[in-house]
Amino acid sequence: MASQAIIFRETKDSKGFYILLAVLGAFLALGALAFFHAEHHGHHVTGMTNQVVWGLPHVFAIGLIVAASGALNVGSIGTVFGKKIYQPMGRLSALLAISLLVGGLIVLVLDLGHPDRLIVAMTTYNFKSIFAWNIILYNGFLALSAVYIWTMMDRKVKKFYKLAGVAAFTWRLILTTGTGSIFGFLVARDFYNSAVMAPLFIVMSFAMGLAVFILVLHFAYTWTGRPLGDVVMNRLRYLLAVFIGGVLLLEGARHFTGLYIAQKAGVENFILFDGGIYTQLFWVGQIMLGSLLPLSLIFCRKLANNRVALLLAALFTIVGGFAQLYVILIGGQAYPLVLFPGAEVSSDFFDGVINAYEPSIWELMLGLGGVALTLFMVTIGVKVLRFLPDSLSDAVADPHSK
Amino acid sequence: MNQNRVDEYRRNFMTTLGGVAAVAAVVPSFVLQTAHAAGEVAAKPVDQAVTNAKRWGMLIDVTKLTDGGAGMVAACKKEHGWGDEAHSADTQKAHWARVVKVTDKLTQNSFSLPVMCQHCENPPCVDVCPTGASMKRADGIVQVNKHICIGCRYCMMACPYKARSFVHEALQDQKPHSPRGMGTVESCNMCVHRIDAGKLPACVEAAPDAVIFGDLNDPNSAVSQAMKTIGGKQIRADLGLNTGVRYHGI
Repeated sequence: MASQAIIFRETKDSKGFYILLAVLGAFLALGALAFFHAEHHGHHVTGMTNQVVWGLPHVFAIGLIVAASGALNVGSIGTVFGKKIYQPMGRLSALLAISLLVGGLIVLVLDLGHPDRLIVAMTTYNFKSIFAWNIILYNGFLALSAVYIWTMMDRKVKKFYKLAGVAAFTWRLILTTGTGSIFGFLVARDFYNSAVMAPLFIVMSFAMGLAVFILVLHFAYTWTGRPLGDVVMNRLRYLLAVFIGGVLLLEGARHFTGLYIAQKAGVENFILFDGGIYTQLFWVGQIMLGSLLPLSLIFCRKLANNRVALLLAALFTIVGGFAQLYVILIGGQAYPLVLFPGAEVSSDFFDGVINAYEPSIWELMLGLGGVALTLFMVTIGVKVLRFLPDSLSDAVADPHSK
Repeated sequence: MNQNRVDEYRRNFMTTLGGVAAVAAVVPSFVLQTAHAAGEVAAKPVDQAVTNAKRWGMLIDVTKLTDGGAGMVAACKKEHGWGDEAHSADTQKAHWARVVKVTDKLTQNSFSLPVMCQHCENPPCVDVCPTGASMKRADGIVQVNKHICIGCRYCMMACPYKARSFVHEALQDQKPHSPRGMGTVESCNMCVHRIDAGKLPACVEAAPDAVIFGDLNDPNSAVSQAMKTIGGKQIRADLGLNTGVRYHGI
């Protein structure tokens, strides 16, 4: 721990707490409404089709799941790699990780054609399916993160702190490998079938998870009137830059490989150059707003120690992450399957055409409901248990205590 | 299934086999034309488990399909009742089979063929299904167990042939022999209900001169003999899935 004693305390009862819960509750209600609407009428009320079978709910779900494993990193850096400045944030890191994962999974489950059969998914496994493995990985992640929190909160089990931290960190790497492999294992789709999807998703999780953590940390401290110093925030700031760079590196490798291999060039050219909304989302959303802008905000000397610049950088990193997931998920499905390489195909079932997808309001409501659930859980969590240090001021989070 | 029907197919099979033997040596490309009927199926008693002794498959000669397979697709639609979902958009309506027109970009050579579930030996849809609802029967028929399908659509992402559809709305007046359900995925099941009763799949029956159906494991079956003579190409053979539906003339 840092040089000065860290005191963890629940957040105080306040009007703001209830207002926040009410706002999040409204989004939760809208999400529930969307679920019941689609559940009752069937998926024809959504924008998803037999061509674009995964839509906006999956962008939200996978975004939250990816961010979940990344949010745990802050804790892992403290526990596994022994960086003491990160250790006071470990509890929040694990709480946020659990909350993000639950928020993501709820969207995924409620979008199923048969959410009522969740028990089937939990009891009947096809172990050749990465999806089945993911169900185990998600549950294990929740359990390990909970144990990790326990070892941080209860002195009686403190001796297992390192062990729990290492286990949770290892598990999260495997988990995100599994999430990326959902796409990597799709043999028939040239935009997906690559082993790079696993490490790409891992580094995406680093960036998105940290960005979410930065925003949550800031607002948790500001809204409860607790001091949060630049020492901590600047550490997170430059770490975020490293992760954004990592995403760019693997994205570059992926797209250049795609352009180089003739078989993949069709879909690559579509995404990078002729894909309309997907091309715009890639260049403007992911690259400019989601990567270059945050990097500029982080490294601009005039903005050193500027909290707003950091918050914007984190926000745009998340925007970029969602743009990236939208391009991967929807863009990858918009491009038609290649039945006959080198030939043009047509049919009354949309062969050979770019598949249109227009997300419905219900899908947006369901996705935002997942986000709301995440924030709801964090808000309640820090209120009822001692997740947040009283202070993360520079004096407390001593920069020299490595 | 009545015995007469089976006998009829057996007779037809013998005729086919005779035709194949007679003509194959001389004019291979006319093999299927001589085949009056389209294959052989033996009825399976209901108390007998499906075994891997047989692997059902078919050979479709697209050069003999004057309509590109539209008749086969129509027969499938009639048999299973898909595609008339009232509330679904066209992009959401089920399609168990469809006619695909293919034109080579360089040569401009063009042909049409019916595309449905290809009943792969190594089906990606079965590999990815988390619950095992997407399954391959021992006799090679790939289908969905709609009782344990959770509707995640991962199989639709995995299928290289876009052979699967998701039911986007509640359905009425279903065919008793082909139950479907909102929120589950479905696809061509090779008319498993007909095969088990000793009948040919509806699409095969609709195009007897162009399609031979039978046991791919039996080297002497009409379909095996025909493929040995004229070949049987796979769509996306590069994926190594070893499909049970093969084509001539693509």
